[in-house]
Amino acid sequence: MAKDYGEVKFFGTVGSPFAKRVQIALDLKGVQYTYFEEDLRNKSELLLKYNPIHKKVPVLVHKGRPLAESLVILEYIDEIWGSNHPLLPQQPYDKALARFWSRFIDDKCLPAILKAAFTANKEEREKGSEESLEALEYLENELKDKFFGGESIGLVDIAASYLAFWLPAIEEAVGLKLLTSDKFPKLHKWGQEFTNHPVVKKTLPQREKVVGFFKARYASIIAASK
Amino acid sequence: MADEIVLLDFWPSPFAARVKIALAEKAIKYESKEEDVISNKSPLLLQMNPVHKKIPVLIHNGKPVCESLIAVQYIEEVWNDRNPLLSSDPYQRAQARFWVDYVEKMIYEHWSKFWTSKGEEIEIAKKEFIEALKLLEDQLGDNTYFGGDNLGFVDIALVPFYSWFKVYDTLGYLNLESDCPKFIAWVKRCLQKESVSKSLPDQHKLHEYATELRKKLGLQ
Repeated sequence: MAKDYGEVKFFGTVGSPFAKRVQIALDLKGVQYTYFEEDLRNKSELLLKYNPIHKKVPVLVHKGRPLAESLVILEYIDEIWGSNHPLLPQQPYDKALARFWSRFIDDKCLPAILKAAFTANKEEREKGSEESLEALEYLENELKDKFFGGESIGLVDIAASYLAFWLPAIEEAVGLKLLTSDKFPKLHKWGQEFTNHPVVKKTLPQREKVVGFFKARYASIIAASK
Repeated sequence: MADEIVLLDFWPSPFAARVKIALAEKAIKYESKEEDVISNKSPLLLQMNPVHKKIPVLIHNGKPVCESLIAVQYIEEVWNDRNPLLSSDPYQRAQARFWVDYVEKMIYEHWSKFWTSKGEEIEIAKKEFIEALKLLEDQLGDNTYFGGDNLGFVDIALVPFYSWFKVYDTLGYLNLESDCPKFIAWVKRCLQKESVSKSLPDQHKLHEYATELRKKLGLQ
């Protein structure tokens, strides 16, 4: 008999990498949920009610109780739907490592990439590139299996989804070369394995749209600096 | 085999204090190694935290756990037979993590800006910082601690920064008693716990250190 986990609502946007993290986790675990596509220029009353502090996506509402912040939501999902496709390791030390690398991605990797791509000042962009390459190097060395989670996708892989899908789109949109196969063979291969995973592939947005979005963002940064 | 626990420490650090409070709450014996993070990081620190090269680092039987909040959660999960720092309910746990994340954002954005702002910026930065503290006050509500009846993850994440807020208070940039009375009341309750009072640096010593640091950084 299927367990009744209670009602799940999920608020996201097609374009948000952080919302996609949560969606990938929900889909990997086979969770039934109602999806609400938000228009961030015109946020719904429900979103503002469920995330009054940050007013952002993703928001998960489980049995009427809201949660925000993608990494917080991911750990919660893993605790509730624990037996389906576990994302975090069992042992406290391995858990600590998974949390460390997930935070590394959010605190070091992503800001460096955004700096490398979307800053008007050339020196800042170069600095961003250097920092990105340094961060990617750490991840390249950390990757020991098919995925950061081992044989199957784990928390760190989901946190790193930005590098597998959004970073290549940024590189194309802006003319950057960061995650190349010659410098980062393992990470590059990982990116392909991750985006080709059947569940992930279905959940990710359309690449052309994302490239288009980044092209527009880049153009407006350059225009604003003139 | 007895557990070997080492903490790579730096006495003014509120991040290190978080770990010290957690260790004290769980009555864990450990060896503290003071690092000279400004001018002479030890080979041990560079080996144990090659990515960030920062303290605190909790070393458990030779294996390093870096990042204060990750170390606190690790302590909670390993020594799970006593004094829980997080609820057993997954939703309450997630809420605690959310608010700890909010504390981080508050520190790295609002407090940081306030601490480094000059001239006209100060008033604006102060306003944003106080607003953030008030949000935390709202979240605390009528509870004794953010953790409810007992000190929890959010309390541990936030209380060490009081030492630094107090420096600003003493310098006259803040008046915490009048700006955030509920916050101060909560701090006082936390300070009544030995695990907290013994983990925070001596306030006079910290004040000297912080004002020297501000001079060096041209923030006066």
